Amino acid sequence: MTIKQLSIFVENKSGSLARIIDILAANEIDLRALSISETQDFGILRLIVNDTFKAAQVLRNENCVVSITDVYAIAVPDQPGGLAKVLRLLADAQVSVEYTYAFISNNRDYAYIAIRTAEKDVQTAKNIFMTNGTKVISEDDLLNL
Amino acid sequence: MKKKYWQEEIETASLEAISALQSERLVATVKRVYENVPMYRQRMDEAGVKPEDIKSIKDITKLPFTTKQDLRDTYPYGMFAVPMNEVVELHASSGTTGKQVVVGYTKNDLHVWGEICARALVAAGGDENDFVHVSYGYGLFTGGFGVHYGAEQIGATAIPVSAGQTKRQVTILEDFGSTILCCTPSYAMTIAEAVEQAGIDASKLPLKAGIFGAEPWTEEMREYIEDKLKIKAYDIYGLTEVMGPGVSFTCEHQCGMHVNEDHFIIEVLDPETFEPVADGTIGEIVFTCITKEAFPVIRYRTKDLGYITHEKCKCGRTFARMSKILGRTDDMLIIRGVNVFPSQIETVLLEQGYAPNYLLIVDRVNNSDTLEVQVEVAAEIFSDITSALTSYEKKLQLAIRELLGIQAKVTLVAPNSIPRFEGKAKRVIDNRKLHD
Repeated sequence: MTIKQLSIFVENKSGSLARIIDILAANEIDLRALSISETQDFGILRLIVNDTFKAAQVLRNENCVVSITDVYAIAVPDQPGGLAKVLRLLADAQVSVEYTYAFISNNRDYAYIAIRTAEKDVQTAKNIFMTNGTKVISEDDLLNL
Repeated sequence: MKKKYWQEEIETASLEAISALQSERLVATVKRVYENVPMYRQRMDEAGVKPEDIKSIKDITKLPFTTKQDLRDTYPYGMFAVPMNEVVELHASSGTTGKQVVVGYTKNDLHVWGEICARALVAAGGDENDFVHVSYGYGLFTGGFGVHYGAEQIGATAIPVSAGQTKRQVTILEDFGSTILCCTPSYAMTIAEAVEQAGIDASKLPLKAGIFGAEPWTEEMREYIEDKLKIKAYDIYGLTEVMGPGVSFTCEHQCGMHVNEDHFIIEVLDPETFEPVADGTIGEIVFTCITKEAFPVIRYRTKDLGYITHEKCKCGRTFARMSKILGRTDDMLIIRGVNVFPSQIETVLLEQGYAPNYLLIVDRVNNSDTLEVQVEVAAEIFSDITSALTSYEKKLQLAIRELLGIQAKVTLVAPNSIPRFEGKAKRVIDNRKLHD
């Protein structure tokens, strides 16, 4: 039910992000989603790509610190209130959302949301998605978006 | 049978016998330098000391000190005590902190240097079957030569790899079957990382011991290197001005470095009053060479801080043992009035499970000193959640504050972004000096 996300340590220095993206480009990795969380000293770059394991390998070869994290990607109707409904359900069940970010595809009807919940809430979130008919994107779906 | 000592008789002599030998050799050395080195004659005359006033080791405190500045002022050959035609080899200090110092060796001096390094090699379990991989730089720096000569004396096979070309070091470790590695501890770490990166299982290498020195390092770093390279790590100490590496060395009990007291007199002095301190008390280490012919230093102030003990070691050696170098009087950072040694930060990092690759950046902001500790983020602590990573920074900050009582800013930086060293590590950038 989850998809693989790459998390990469990025120093807060000009050129750090370009260097990482260059490495991925040179290895023909296609980016599907991108988000950055930054602190004063460093950032964490989060990516969803077409070949997670290859991307992790080529980055590690270049001395990057990389981890692979399971996140949910859901499709919500691309209209006002589409996301609000799902988040309300998660909130009511007291699911902790560590972070979330949106990405798009060629399909105009849906917006896609990556959601990382706290470890303890992974199962609860899954149950909520299933019982409410939320469309959860699998790795295979992702390739066809 | 495998030798436990290289020269058992002197290495296990009674304290009285060592002291008597030191007295005899000191008297002769003082007489010789007074006659042959104008600087020593002038200093002794100024202090009102005649060679005949020095009757035994007890009188050593009457002699004036020698400092690095004295050696620079007499550049290049002013402190030599023999005619140049007796000098068979020259070396020079790195000159990182100013003008370089040139030192000379007679044929006998080189033999003694090899002899004291032979003692260190044997103490590390070395014998004629060993392959001694020397990754200290070969050149004007004294580093590589002492252990090389020592390896020759014990009949081992010396491999003069010199420093640098780390990938090649790994190939040689593997293909030549090196059994004892000699280099600086920082370079040992660099080599250990390269071994790991090459996907080599260190426990499969024939390497069994390392003799590391030429810069201060901590006990925690020793354990780290031992674990990474699957070896036993020994400490060797020395300085160009006195002889080079080999002045003192650890045995298998790793409880202090045995000072080769038949060749050097060690004193530990209060850094402020220059009065001798008791065994176990930290002070500045001062050496006097008592057999060296070409370049004998008298009461040379090393600026290294440490302490000594005269208790007999479990290994049977009776030479005084000196502690690891706890810092240098000129390495010491004074941050908001608190004395900080880089080695203390290193201890905290290793205790908290970080690799000892770090950089200290000192600056002055609004007339107040700031300390930033940069440390590389390791794959083991990395998380996709920002707050998890910042909590590591905070935890480290707290540990530094507990140990040193100062507030430091901890910054996680990318792996391999902190420079690796082939020789002595440079771990401090003091930007305050730029403002003065």
